[in-house]
Amino acid sequence: MSAAGAVTQGVEFCGLQLAHPIINGSGTFDALAAARAFGDELTQRFPFAAYVSKTITLEPRAGNPPPRLWESSAGLINSIGLPNKGLDGYLAQDLPALAQLGIGAGGASASEPAAAGEPAAAGGPAPAGGPAAAGGPAPAGGPAPAGGPAPAGGPAPTPLITNVMGSSAEEIARLLEACDAYASIAAIELNVSCPNVNTGLDIGADPSQLHDVLRAVRPRTGKPLIVKLTPNTADVVACAQAAEGGGADAVSLINTLRASALTPGRAAGGPRRDPRPAPWLGGGSGGLSGPAIRVVALAQVAAVAARVSVPVVGMGGVQTAAHARDLLDVGATLVAVGTESFRDPRVAATIARELRNVRHTAGSKL
Amino acid sequence: MSTAPFQRRALTVTAVQQLGAYTVLRAAEQPAAGGQSGARAAVPAPGAAVPAPGAAVPAPGAAVPAPGQFAMLATVERWGGGEDERPYLARAFSYARHTQGEAHFLLEDVGPGTRRLCELGVGERMWALGPLGRGFKAGGSDLHGRRALLVGGGVGIAPLAILQDALASSGEAATVLLGFRDRARAEGAALFADAHVATDDGSVGHHGLVTQLLADELRRDARAVVYACGPAPMLESVRALCERTQVPAQLALEAGMACGFGACFGCVVPRRGGGYLRVCVDGPVIDAAELEHVDAHAGAPA
Repeated sequence: MSAAGAVTQGVEFCGLQLAHPIINGSGTFDALAAARAFGDELTQRFPFAAYVSKTITLEPRAGNPPPRLWESSAGLINSIGLPNKGLDGYLAQDLPALAQLGIGAGGASASEPAAAGEPAAAGGPAPAGGPAAAGGPAPAGGPAPAGGPAPAGGPAPTPLITNVMGSSAEEIARLLEACDAYASIAAIELNVSCPNVNTGLDIGADPSQLHDVLRAVRPRTGKPLIVKLTPNTADVVACAQAAEGGGADAVSLINTLRASALTPGRAAGGPRRDPRPAPWLGGGSGGLSGPAIRVVALAQVAAVAARVSVPVVGMGGVQTAAHARDLLDVGATLVAVGTESFRDPRVAATIARELRNVRHTAGSKL
Repeated sequence: MSTAPFQRRALTVTAVQQLGAYTVLRAAEQPAAGGQSGARAAVPAPGAAVPAPGAAVPAPGAAVPAPGQFAMLATVERWGGGEDERPYLARAFSYARHTQGEAHFLLEDVGPGTRRLCELGVGERMWALGPLGRGFKAGGSDLHGRRALLVGGGVGIAPLAILQDALASSGEAATVLLGFRDRARAEGAALFADAHVATDDGSVGHHGLVTQLLADELRRDARAVVYACGPAPMLESVRALCERTQVPAQLALEAGMACGFGACFGCVVPRRGGGYLRVCVDGPVIDAAELEHVDAHAGAPA
């Protein structure tokens, strides 16, 4: 972690030099869709120090039937169901498209698999995926940062963290191995909020299962491996320690809290007069995010950071630099912004910029 | 289509007008200093291009919405703390009109978010992210010599007003058919230069559904392109009728939406042939041919 009071915001994370400590939570920002909505301004003013993809699975997924959203008190329940193009579609279509946006590669060639026998981390001619990718610390929120080597006409590439999920150690191993071959992928985040097809238990909810799965898959990639812990477990610290023991290079938390909502109008007097509780969400239940979970996140991040030695990515309900500062203060190395980006797509840049002031203030008191 | 500035922006309310059961909210980034906008401006004449006294000056870089595009709106103050401690997320609204840098939105108070927005007074501020999404395709090459039939229901008439403006300015004639629940809502027809109105209770115009007016129009002359926005059952009825009569139709859909720019994957509708479309980035205007049916679930946070 950077020392408090440091002049720059640059932060080192798993060998990656990042311009500042703010990234996105997986599944809360789609850079390809955002490029359609915001045009060139997205790349000129990209808010995240690294970009985390939506969860990628081996096979394509359409996602859950709607409704997928429910607005709750200071929060949002989602039941999206991890729609994605599948591993092959992601590698063949999304990686080159992301490279066009300056994410994960310094040029188109860096999206290609590394040549056989060549260590992936060596990358191509561009600084893709490697530790140098972030270049110098960039002025957060400013237009087109100067500094590090950049693809023609654009800012330095943003490191790409690919989030993957599998329902067995074998599936996860295949995902890690496939990602390992791409120089444009700087790190892999493993979503373990998935039932194990062999046991029926969420892989990340049980420490011994999580440990065993990680031990089995860890050798399949030399890239930094971040385990995205689930908060829906009896003992998140035990799970974090199991991840560390299984070879994780970092842990990230918290994922959404399991939550559900019932269809309105079902109560007496409602048109259906059906006494049975009907779930609102097409997927049955969902996950809660937003400011409602911020205090839970602070407690879990603090507990985990105190008991593991690998870096921690903290997230959950962050809306302001002060919220991010809280997570950094309890031991997070990076902070992810998620649901708040739905309300303001560039809020992460504001947080990163203001965090500098919060940090200076804190430093001056030391 | 216009892309949106990559950041929500604060707009200042320049005028609030009651239109029966609806509220027309006008807002701009830079209200003219000392202008008379505080004195409440009338709902502009349909197609009006003349700036009202004290009209806002377009902010540099402010994008002009295409008909059918939308914005995510929230109040700057007191967004939250209503029923159930909501609202939390911004709410999606079609641009009903856009003149001289001033955006017009049509609101109906149906929940904690819309209620809070309806409470706004002149001079108060709101957040807006937009213009977002894909709007109507209504250029000459899209019409192929067919006439434009605009079919709206309830508060869903909003994007048809700005579409009528655009068609009028390019010299295309448009027939406007509107359906409302009752007399108070039928006042929304004042947004249009000329409209045929149907009401559920028969208090204004045709006693019945707007889709009956549409069926009559298509029987009279089916060389038309239909542009529709309204409640899901109305859109499904329009879709089925246009499919049966082989009339091209573009439907502006509504769906529960957290972000408006493709991030949350929450606002999907089933696509004909499998999979889903995101209403925010694949729509909100979607060719009827891309849909098997319009689902009736009320997915939008109000």
